[in-house]
Amino acid sequence: MQKRYMAIWFRHLLTDGLALRRPALKEVPFVLTTPVKNRVVITASSPLAEQQGAFTGMAVADARAAVPELVAVDDTPGKAAKLLRLLGLWCIRYTPIVAVDLPDGLVLDISGCAHLWDDERGYLKEIVLKLRKAGFDARAAIADTPGAAWAVSRFATVSPIVPVGGQIQVLSGLPPVALRLDAEILERLKKLGFRTIGPLLMMPSPTLRRRFGNELLVRLDQALGRIDEVLTPLTPPMPYVERLPCLEPIRTAPGIEIAIEKLLSALCLRLQAEGKGLRKAVLKCIRVDGRTVQAGIGTNRGSHSVSHLQKLFGLQIARIEPALGIELFVLEASKVEDMETVQEQIWAVDRGLADTALAELLDRVAGKVGAETIQRYLPAEHYWPERSVKIATSLSEEPSTVWPEQMRPIRLLSRPEPIEVMALVPDNPPKTFTYNNKRHVIMKADGPERIGREWWLDSGEHRDYYAVEDSEGQRYWVFRSGHYDGSDARWYLHGYFA
Amino acid sequence: MAATKRELIDRLQKNILQWEGYKPPVAGTRSLAGLGLVEAAFPNGVFPVAAVHELVCGSTKQAAAGCGLVTGILSALLKQDGVCVWIGRARRLFAPALAVFGVSPHKVIFISLTKDKDALWVMEEALKCTGLTAVVCEVCELDFKQSRRLQLAVEQSRVTGFILRNATKKLGSTACTARWRVKPLPSADLDGLPGLGFMRWQVELLKVRNGQTGSWVLEWKDGCFNRVEEVLILEERQVG
Repeated sequence: MQKRYMAIWFRHLLTDGLALRRPALKEVPFVLTTPVKNRVVITASSPLAEQQGAFTGMAVADARAAVPELVAVDDTPGKAAKLLRLLGLWCIRYTPIVAVDLPDGLVLDISGCAHLWDDERGYLKEIVLKLRKAGFDARAAIADTPGAAWAVSRFATVSPIVPVGGQIQVLSGLPPVALRLDAEILERLKKLGFRTIGPLLMMPSPTLRRRFGNELLVRLDQALGRIDEVLTPLTPPMPYVERLPCLEPIRTAPGIEIAIEKLLSALCLRLQAEGKGLRKAVLKCIRVDGRTVQAGIGTNRGSHSVSHLQKLFGLQIARIEPALGIELFVLEASKVEDMETVQEQIWAVDRGLADTALAELLDRVAGKVGAETIQRYLPAEHYWPERSVKIATSLSEEPSTVWPEQMRPIRLLSRPEPIEVMALVPDNPPKTFTYNNKRHVIMKADGPERIGREWWLDSGEHRDYYAVEDSEGQRYWVFRSGHYDGSDARWYLHGYFA
Repeated sequence: MAATKRELIDRLQKNILQWEGYKPPVAGTRSLAGLGLVEAAFPNGVFPVAAVHELVCGSTKQAAAGCGLVTGILSALLKQDGVCVWIGRARRLFAPALAVFGVSPHKVIFISLTKDKDALWVMEEALKCTGLTAVVCEVCELDFKQSRRLQLAVEQSRVTGFILRNATKKLGSTACTARWRVKPLPSADLDGLPGLGFMRWQVELLKVRNGQTGSWVLEWKDGCFNRVEEVLILEERQVG
C-alpha cells in the first residue's frame, strides 16, 4: 500500500499555547524569555510581537527598544513537548499513528485514512481548520515521506499536497534547510552556492558523502523515500478500568463476589505486568433501575494481590444494595502507584513496619472500622504536651526528631480536668487535691516542671507540672495554670502515671 | 510408687496442653519478657510468648498501672524491630510515655475503637497477622468463646496478645494462658531524697496454665523490672 504522511507545523506553538491559557495576552505583543549568559533572550514570540519586530533569539532589552509595550513571560523548559503530546493525542482521532516531531511539529502516518474525508484535500483542510479554530497557527502538508511532508509544510509556497511520487519535483525547488540538516552543513552548502536542493540531487553520492558526511545523504534518502524513517507513535494512557456486563441481573452476595473476583483478576494482571500497585479503587454497580451504587477501598501500600483486594471488597459487599439486580460492574483504579517488587523469602524475617502482612491487616481494619481510627505517632518538636506528638502520614514515615526523655504519664486526659488543691506554701507541691469529690492525700511529689505556652501558636498561661503520688500509691500528673497569686490559682489533673 | 504416679500425671498434663494447642517454651530458652524471677512461675520457667495474657485492673485509674506493666514487657518483646498494635478506647494512651519504658512509640500502631465487638474483631485479625510481634487490646468484657477464638489465632501466628480489662464486676473463666492483676503501690524513698521513687506495682498472677500462681512487688528501674522483697516493704512501713 502506498504510504502517505502528513506533517503539521505549529508556527507559534508556545505563544499560542500560553495565549489559550491567558486570554489577556492575545491583545498584546508578548514573548517567552529565558536567561542565557547574563542576557535574557527571547525563545518564542507571538505573531503580534513578530509583526512589530521582536524575533526569536533577540535579547529582550533590544526587543523592548523596538516594541516598548512588549510583555515578557518566563519560559518553562519542556513545555513544547507537553503541548505537542496533547495535540498529538487529539490527532489520534484522524489516524492511529501520530508521532511528536520536536521542537514544533507533528508527523502523522495517514496511509488509508484520508478517504474517510473524501480525499486528502478535505482531510488536510479538516485538521488545519480545527487546529486554527482552537487557536493554533498550524500549517500542514501531505507527501509520500515524512521528510518531504516536513519540507513542504514549512517551506513550500504552492499546494500543500505532494502527489504520489512527486517529491523530487517539489523538493528540488526548496532550499537545503528543508532537509532538516545541521547548521554546520547548511553553512557549508551556502558557501558552495547550493541555494536549492535541485543541484544536490544531480551530484553523485560519493562526492556528497566526502564533502558533507553521511548525514546529508541519509536526509536526502529519507525525504525521497529511498530509506524508511521510523516514527515513534504516541500511546494514549489507558485508564485502569475493567467492565463486566452481566447477561442476567446479579442480585446475590456470592454473585457480586464472583464479579469482583473476575474484575480484580483482570485488573491485577495488568497492574502486575506494569509493576504498579493499586492504592484506591472504586467499584461502580449499575443497577437495572438505572441507579448506581458505589463501594470504594483504599490500601496503605500499593497492592496487586487479588486475594487481598478481594478481602477488602468482601468487607464492603454488605453495603452494596442490588435492589432488582446489577447489570454492569465497573471497577476503576483511581489511584495507582509504582511498586517495588520484593523477593519472596523462604525464612521469616522481621521486617518491622515494612511488612506486607501488616499493611494488609491495616487495610482490612480500615475497610471495616474506618481509616481514621488507625494512628501512628511521631515526635514533634514541642514541649507543650498536647502538641508533642504528631500523626504519621504513612507507614514508612520515620521520626524526624528523638522522643523526649522526661517522665510522661502513660494516660493523658484529652482535656485537663479541674481539681481543688491545697498547698502549704505558694509554689510548693500540693498537699491534697480533690477530684470527682474524692480527696487524695499526697505523700510524695516531684516538680515543678514549667512548660511555657508557645505564644506564637496560641495565647494563655504557662503550666507548672507536678508528678504526685497519693497515699494509695496512684501517681498523677497535675499542673497549675499560670502564676500562683493567691486568688486565682487554677489547678488541673492532666494524666496518670503507670 | 508415689513418684511414678506424680511423673505420670505430669506427663498427662503436658499431653493435654499440647492437644489444646498450647506449646510451652522449652526449658532454658532465652527469656524474652525481662520479668526476671517472676518467670519462674511459668511452665519451664520461661514467659510464654505466642499466648494471650489477660491483665485485670481495679479501676480506670489503676488501668494506667496495667498499661505500664504491658509496656515494660513489650519493651523486651519489641527489641528486634518488632511492631505492636495497640487497640484502645478513644486515644487515651500518651505515646511519649512509651519511650520511658524503652519502647519506640513510632513502632506502635494505635487503633482507637469504642465498641468491644469491633475491638475484638480487630484483635483477632491482628493476632492472625504474622508481621506483628504483639497485640494489646483494651476491652471491658471478654467471654470464654471470644478468648478461645483469640487463643486459636495465636496458635497459628505465634503473636503475643495482651488483653487489658478494668472495672469488671465478675471475672468469668477465659481460655487465656495467664491472668494477671496489677495494682499501683507507693514508691520507695530514694536514699532519703524527696520526690517520687521508681514506679512500683503489686503484680498478682491469678491464673496460669500449668504454672504456679503468685504475687510479687515489681519496680521499673534502669529499663527493666526488678522484684522487691516483701520484707523490705514491711520494714519500710514500720519505719514510716
